[in-house]
Amino acid sequence: MWVGFIVTGVGVIFLFLGALGILRLPDVYNRLQAGTKCTTLGAFFTIVGVGIIEPGWFWKALLIAMFILISSPISSHALGRASCKIGIPLCKQSVVDKSKEFDECGRKEK
Amino acid sequence: MIENVFLIIIGIAIIMCLLRMMLGPTTPDRAVALDTASTIITALLVLLGFMFKRDIYLDVALVYGILTFIGTVIIARYLEGGI
Repeated sequence: MWVGFIVTGVGVIFLFLGALGILRLPDVYNRLQAGTKCTTLGAFFTIVGVGIIEPGWFWKALLIAMFILISSPISSHALGRASCKIGIPLCKQSVVDKSKEFDECGRKEK
Repeated sequence: MIENVFLIIIGIAIIMCLLRMMLGPTTPDRAVALDTASTIITALLVLLGFMFKRDIYLDVALVYGILTFIGTVIIARYLEGGI
Protein backbone atom coordinates (compact mmCIF):
# COMPACT_ATOMS: atom_id res chain seq x y z
CA MET A 1 0.00 0.00 0.00
CA TRP A 2 2.54 2.63 1.07
CA VAL A 3 4.89 1.52 -1.72
CA GLY A 4 2.24 2.59 -4.21
CA PHE A 5 1.88 6.00 -2.56
CA ILE A 6 5.65 6.53 -2.64
CA VAL A 7 5.85 5.57 -6.35
CA THR A 8 2.90 7.86 -7.17
CA GLY A 9 4.53 10.74 -5.26
CA VAL A 10 7.79 10.34 -7.17
CA GLY A 11 5.83 10.37 -10.43
CA VAL A 12 3.93 13.53 -9.50
CA ILE A 13 7.21 15.29 -8.60
CA PHE A 14 8.62 14.34 -12.02
CA LEU A 15 5.46 15.70 -13.72
CA PHE A 16 5.88 19.00 -11.86
CA LEU A 17 9.56 19.27 -12.86
CA GLY A 18 8.69 18.61 -16.52
CA ALA A 19 6.10 21.38 -16.53
CA LEU A 20 8.60 23.72 -14.82
CA GLY A 21 11.09 22.99 -17.61
CA ILE A 22 8.40 23.74 -20.19
CA LEU A 23 7.85 27.13 -18.60
CA ARG A 24 11.45 28.20 -17.94
CA LEU A 25 13.83 26.83 -20.59
CA PRO A 26 14.83 29.22 -23.39
CA ASP A 27 14.40 27.24 -26.60
CA VAL A 28 11.95 24.86 -28.30
CA TYR A 29 14.49 22.00 -28.36
CA ASN A 30 15.31 22.38 -24.65
CA ARG A 31 11.60 22.49 -23.91
CA LEU A 32 11.12 19.26 -25.89
CA GLN A 33 13.90 17.63 -23.85
CA ALA A 34 12.43 18.61 -20.47
CA GLY A 35 8.83 17.99 -21.43
CA THR A 36 9.32 14.57 -22.98
CA LYS A 37 11.77 12.91 -20.58
CA CYS A 38 10.36 14.12 -17.27
CA THR A 39 6.75 13.73 -18.33
CA THR A 40 7.16 10.20 -19.71
CA LEU A 41 8.87 8.95 -16.54
CA GLY A 42 6.42 10.83 -14.29
CA ALA A 43 3.31 9.51 -16.03
CA PHE A 44 4.76 5.96 -15.98
CA PHE A 45 5.44 6.13 -12.23
CA THR A 46 2.07 7.74 -11.44
CA ILE A 47 0.01 5.17 -13.36
CA VAL A 48 2.01 2.16 -12.13
CA GLY A 49 1.74 3.52 -8.56
CA VAL A 50 -2.06 3.66 -8.81
CA GLY A 51 -1.93 0.09 -10.14
CA ILE A 52 0.10 -0.97 -7.09
CA ILE A 53 -2.34 0.72 -4.68
CA GLU A 54 -5.37 -0.99 -6.30
CA PRO A 55 -4.18 -4.51 -7.24
CA GLY A 56 -7.27 -5.26 -9.35
CA TRP A 57 -6.38 -2.49 -11.77
CA PHE A 58 -2.72 -3.40 -12.20
CA TRP A 59 -2.75 -4.91 -15.69
CA LYS A 60 -4.90 -2.24 -17.30
CA ALA A 61 -2.78 0.49 -15.67
CA LEU A 62 0.37 -1.25 -16.94
CA LEU A 63 -1.16 -1.27 -20.45
CA ILE A 64 -1.73 2.52 -20.32
CA ALA A 65 1.78 3.08 -18.94
CA MET A 66 3.41 0.98 -21.66
CA PHE A 67 1.43 2.85 -24.32
CA ILE A 68 2.66 6.20 -22.96
CA LEU A 69 6.21 4.83 -22.78
CA ILE A 70 6.06 3.94 -26.49
CA SER A 71 4.03 6.82 -27.94
CA SER A 72 5.45 9.90 -26.16
CA PRO A 73 9.00 9.70 -27.61
CA ILE A 74 7.58 9.13 -31.11
CA SER A 75 5.40 12.24 -31.00
CA SER A 76 8.14 14.41 -29.53
CA HIS A 77 10.60 13.19 -32.18
CA ALA A 78 8.10 14.17 -34.86
CA LEU A 79 7.73 17.63 -33.30
CA GLY A 80 11.50 18.15 -33.06
CA ARG A 81 12.05 17.06 -36.66
CA ALA A 82 9.31 19.41 -37.85
CA SER A 83 10.68 22.38 -35.94
CA CYS A 84 14.20 21.68 -37.24
CA LYS A 85 12.89 21.45 -40.80
CA ILE A 86 10.99 24.73 -40.78
CA GLY A 87 14.04 26.50 -39.37
CA ILE A 88 13.34 27.46 -35.77
CA PRO A 89 16.65 28.98 -34.53
CA LEU A 90 18.59 27.67 -31.55
CA CYS A 91 19.07 29.84 -28.47
CA LYS A 92 22.13 32.08 -28.05
CA GLN A 93 23.94 29.85 -25.55
CA SER A 94 24.02 26.86 -27.92
CA VAL A 95 27.48 25.49 -28.70
CA VAL A 96 27.18 23.13 -31.67
CA ASP A 97 24.58 22.36 -34.36
CA LYS A 98 25.30 19.29 -36.47
CA SER A 99 21.96 19.07 -38.24
CA LYS A 100 23.32 20.80 -41.35
CA GLU A 101 25.98 18.11 -41.95
CA PHE A 102 23.54 15.23 -42.53
CA ASP A 103 20.88 14.68 -45.16
CA GLU A 104 17.37 13.39 -44.50
CA CYS A 105 18.27 9.71 -44.18
CA GLY A 106 21.02 10.36 -41.62
CA ARG A 107 23.98 9.87 -43.97
CA LYS A 108 26.96 12.22 -44.12
CA GLU A 109 26.85 14.72 -46.95
CA LYS A 110 30.10 15.20 -48.79
CA MET B 1 -5.55 12.97 2.28
CA ILE B 2 -2.29 12.81 0.36
CA GLU B 3 -4.14 12.46 -2.96
CA ASN B 4 -5.28 16.07 -2.58
CA VAL B 5 -1.64 17.18 -2.42
CA PHE B 6 -0.98 15.20 -5.62
CA LEU B 7 -3.94 16.87 -7.31
CA ILE B 8 -2.75 20.37 -6.31
CA ILE B 9 0.77 19.72 -7.68
CA ILE B 10 -0.63 18.35 -10.97
CA GLY B 11 -2.94 21.38 -11.23
CA ILE B 12 0.02 23.76 -10.87
CA ALA B 13 1.88 21.79 -13.57
CA ILE B 14 -1.06 22.03 -16.01
CA ILE B 15 -1.35 25.79 -15.33
CA MET B 16 2.36 26.23 -16.18
CA CYS B 17 1.87 24.35 -19.46
CA LEU B 18 -1.13 26.55 -20.31
CA LEU B 19 0.95 29.66 -19.57
CA ARG B 20 3.63 28.51 -22.03
CA MET B 21 0.86 27.74 -24.53
CA MET B 22 -0.38 31.33 -24.23
CA LEU B 23 2.97 33.16 -24.43
CA GLY B 24 5.07 30.78 -26.55
CA PRO B 25 6.81 32.74 -29.30
CA THR B 26 6.55 30.20 -32.12
CA THR B 27 4.03 27.56 -33.18
CA PRO B 28 6.14 24.46 -32.20
CA ASP B 29 6.41 25.88 -28.66
CA ARG B 30 2.63 25.76 -28.33
CA ALA B 31 2.52 22.25 -29.82
CA VAL B 32 5.17 21.02 -27.34
CA ALA B 33 3.25 22.55 -24.43
CA LEU B 34 0.05 20.87 -25.66
CA ASP B 35 1.82 17.49 -25.90
CA THR B 36 3.18 17.78 -22.36
CA ALA B 37 -0.16 18.96 -20.96
CA SER B 38 -2.00 16.04 -22.53
CA THR B 39 0.45 13.49 -21.07
CA ILE B 40 -0.02 15.09 -17.63
CA ILE B 41 -3.80 14.96 -18.09
CA THR B 42 -3.60 11.20 -18.85
CA ALA B 43 -1.88 10.63 -15.50
CA LEU B 44 -4.43 12.93 -13.84
CA LEU B 45 -7.34 10.84 -15.20
CA VAL B 46 -5.90 7.64 -13.68
CA LEU B 47 -5.39 9.44 -10.34
CA LEU B 48 -8.99 10.73 -10.43
CA GLY B 49 -10.21 7.20 -11.09
CA PHE B 50 -8.39 6.06 -7.97
CA MET B 51 -9.89 8.91 -5.92
CA PHE B 52 -13.47 8.30 -7.08
CA LYS B 53 -13.13 4.46 -7.00
CA ARG B 54 -14.46 4.18 -10.57
CA ASP B 55 -12.49 1.98 -12.96
CA ILE B 56 -14.18 3.47 -16.05
CA TYR B 57 -11.62 6.31 -15.80
CA LEU B 58 -8.88 3.88 -16.91
CA ASP B 59 -10.67 3.30 -20.22
CA VAL B 60 -11.11 7.06 -20.63
CA ALA B 61 -7.38 7.56 -20.00
CA LEU B 62 -6.43 4.90 -22.57
CA VAL B 63 -8.64 6.40 -25.31
CA TYR B 64 -7.42 9.91 -24.43
CA GLY B 65 -3.81 8.77 -24.75
CA ILE B 66 -4.39 7.22 -28.17
CA LEU B 67 -6.24 10.27 -29.49
CA THR B 68 -3.66 12.77 -28.23
CA PHE B 69 -0.81 10.73 -29.77
CA ILE B 70 -2.53 10.79 -33.18
CA GLY B 71 -3.26 14.51 -32.81
CA THR B 72 0.34 15.41 -31.98
CA VAL B 73 1.75 13.41 -34.90
CA ILE B 74 -0.73 15.06 -37.28
CA ILE B 75 0.18 18.55 -35.96
CA ALA B 76 3.88 17.75 -36.52
CA ARG B 77 3.24 16.56 -40.08
CA TYR B 78 1.22 19.72 -40.76
CA LEU B 79 4.01 21.98 -39.46
CA GLU B 80 6.51 20.10 -41.60
CA GLY B 81 4.40 20.65 -44.70
CA GLY B 82 3.50 17.01 -45.32
CA ILE B 83 -0.29 17.40 -45.52
